[in-house]
Amino acid sequence: MNSAQIVSFLIQATYFVAAVLLIMGIKRMSSPVTARSGIQWAGVGVLVAVIATFFHHGGEHGLLIENAALIFIAIAISTAIAWYSGRRVAMTAMPQMVALYNGMGGGSAAAIGASALLGFAALANAPRFVPMQPHANTAQVVLAVVGALIGSISFTGSLIAFAKLQGWMDKTFRFTGQQLVNGLCFLAAVALGAMVVLHPQTQTIVLFFAAALLFGILMTLPIGGADMPVVISLYNAFTGLAVGFEGYVQGNIALIIAGIVVGAAGTLLTRLMAKAMNRSISNVLFSNFGAGGGAAQEITGSLKPIEADDAASLLYMAEKIIIVPGYGMAVAQAQHKIWELSQNLIKRDKDVKFAIHPVAGRMPGHMNVLLAEAGVPYDLIADMDDVNPEFPNCDVAIVIGANDVVNPVAKTDKSSPIYGMPILDVAKAKQVIVIKRGKGTGFAGIENALFYQDNCRMLYADGQEAATKLIAGLKAVDGGGGH
Amino acid sequence: MIDGFLALYIFMLAAFTGHEIISRVPVILHTPLMSGSNFVHGIVLIGAMVALGEATTPTEQVIGFIGVFLGAGNAAGGYVVTERMLEMFKSSKKPGSNQDGAKP
Repeated sequence: MNSAQIVSFLIQATYFVAAVLLIMGIKRMSSPVTARSGIQWAGVGVLVAVIATFFHHGGEHGLLIENAALIFIAIAISTAIAWYSGRRVAMTAMPQMVALYNGMGGGSAAAIGASALLGFAALANAPRFVPMQPHANTAQVVLAVVGALIGSISFTGSLIAFAKLQGWMDKTFRFTGQQLVNGLCFLAAVALGAMVVLHPQTQTIVLFFAAALLFGILMTLPIGGADMPVVISLYNAFTGLAVGFEGYVQGNIALIIAGIVVGAAGTLLTRLMAKAMNRSISNVLFSNFGAGGGAAQEITGSLKPIEADDAASLLYMAEKIIIVPGYGMAVAQAQHKIWELSQNLIKRDKDVKFAIHPVAGRMPGHMNVLLAEAGVPYDLIADMDDVNPEFPNCDVAIVIGANDVVNPVAKTDKSSPIYGMPILDVAKAKQVIVIKRGKGTGFAGIENALFYQDNCRMLYADGQEAATKLIAGLKAVDGGGGH
Repeated sequence: MIDGFLALYIFMLAAFTGHEIISRVPVILHTPLMSGSNFVHGIVLIGAMVALGEATTPTEQVIGFIGVFLGAGNAAGGYVVTERMLEMFKSSKKPGSNQDGAKP
């Protein structure tokens, strides 16, 4: 073996180790005990692969890869920005950060596809006698196109999802004939992709990418915030697939394995999430959620406000209390105060539990992450199926910043856009206190029948402020003593 | 170049691996795992590095540069965010934290 072959062998060996580390990393991340080491293993895997790649094709024109300086600059700038933003962002903004970083991965896969396709076009249009180079086989070109299509959709789609969750964009954007326009755009992208496969030409490639990128935007625009968790997860799977396909194009098995593993895992995760909302993925993507439909059933009753002191008295007399957090708690950063309130209640011998709807917040498990941040022990946190039978025995249910996931119309009103979605049976509790900043509706944009029930009282306040007042209220009742 | 059927086998096995790994995950880990898998496909960075490394024309260099830039953002951002999420799980995982936590 000459030195170039040895370097190449070492790179391949490193990629193999990286693939093992990535798979074991994901495996470890699937259990709470080993999760933290899992991300570190995966991190080492990517790091060694990146270092090894600097020596890719080195040895002929020098030790390092061509354009090594450019590569280094791109990595340095991007890593610095991403690292800084990832460190600084509040836990509540995690979902959109995941969307953003995921979109970048999709864009990267699309860029790999673009440079591969431009290379194929140059080969196909070069004079016959030039190529001593290997010819691209059809499978490579097809997968380069498919990977680029999926990656582009994931790229712009994730950016739109990011902008929506960040509040930079209107929640939904709809016009008549939208599905037709989207359909045509998708068909155009596929047709242009087919033309690229048949006759690789620079103009066709450019048009193909334009259509694919545009479709990612169009596809995401009409999807409402309540469905964003599913969409982000779907794009995560998309990026994985795109990476896997472009890995085939480059002949890089580490990319194929990591990409396809994520693609499969992400697809399953997406289905689990959609199932938790009792909806199919196609329903999420194409149903124009919450747009019109039949006239909603008339909700009778009125909203009955309550003062914090009165609410504190209710809590003081209750024995069993269930707290239902939602996205509003995340926005108000109220998880710490809510835990402090819970500790005050536990100190007074109350049975306190947290009930988590599978899609509360903007990602599945979003609330669990926030409560974990505040230090709430696992065994106080209950999933929907476990906690629902307990609501009829519950003296007071506190709903903080949750809305659609506790709306009983999901069971009663067939014309409602959330009809059929499993909900937390908060309505069955003896008394419900809803902590809410104002009278606005949830992400689905529909009225919540729970709020109008006779057993429901509205505590209008910011989550932190409400919890602080409730703690003070409890202390006022018994002098702060507890026992 | 990877032979067609060999590639198919790799695709198939990797897909089952991904499916198996996720299917037994508790709900609480869905978000960190989504974030973690988001980091894992950040390995796309090495593909982008090769693309930029093989670029000869300015156009290819620009595209490759964008690819590396985006890929590095995916990897670095995905890592930091996942690490931060999982860091919090560590502290609340201690046995008996319920009793400790109950007495402020």
